[in-house]
Amino acid sequence: MTAIDPAHLVGTGGALGALARVYVSQRFEGEYPVGTLVVNVLGSLALGLVTFAGAGETVVLMVGTGACGSFTTFSSFSFETVRLIEEDEIGRAAANALANLAGSLAAIGIAWLAVRAVG
Amino acid sequence: MSGPHPLRTLESIALIAIGGFAGANLRFLVARLLPGAGGTLLVNVVGSFVLGFVLYEARYTGILTERARLVLATGFLSSLTTYSTFALQTTLLARPLWMVANVLATYALGFSGVLAGRTLARRVGGGDR
Repeated sequence: MTAIDPAHLVGTGGALGALARVYVSQRFEGEYPVGTLVVNVLGSLALGLVTFAGAGETVVLMVGTGACGSFTTFSSFSFETVRLIEEDEIGRAAANALANLAGSLAAIGIAWLAVRAVG
Repeated sequence: MSGPHPLRTLESIALIAIGGFAGANLRFLVARLLPGAGGTLLVNVVGSFVLGFVLYEARYTGILTERARLVLATGFLSSLTTYSTFALQTTLLARPLWMVANVLATYALGFSGVLAGRTLARRVGGGDR
């Protein structure tokens, strides 16, 4: 079997990840940028699972680098946080910045514990 | 029946997928040239700057069409930048001080990038509005 070009694996995962991000974040659309928070935490959990489970290179490229990388986003998070600051919602901006960080780090911790519990 | 025409939805899906394919691959390429937290910092800061420009440009001038924004912002830039890899790499750094430094640098430069993109969009648009 010929190995699949890494660019195709990363790209296909990236395309699916981007579509899933739009789908999931739109469910949580509102005044507060909860959609981005949800995708960032879920994507971190999935990336943690793929990484700690010791998945093969194909899965790491397509699911980890491609799908999880594109499902989560830093630029939208940045833009939304800056917009909250512009609107003088300093408390909400700080809460958003902290919630994304704490949520994603906690998700990675949970992934690590889950893989260790199963393995 | 409400909502957009099915073909219009299909077009949006295609635009986001194409942008996502390209954005993920550019991030992959940068990660190969500059492995580790440095490469992730670079794509996140550059992506935040360009997204800041694109979204504020929409507010100030609106030269870019809705389709261009969909492929560029929602597809390409949001896939080029990543939060999961940033978070994972932060936890894998050897020293707590480096972890704090990575978070502070990524946040500070990312937010500054959005503001720089806003400034550029205002200049292009010909002043504050």
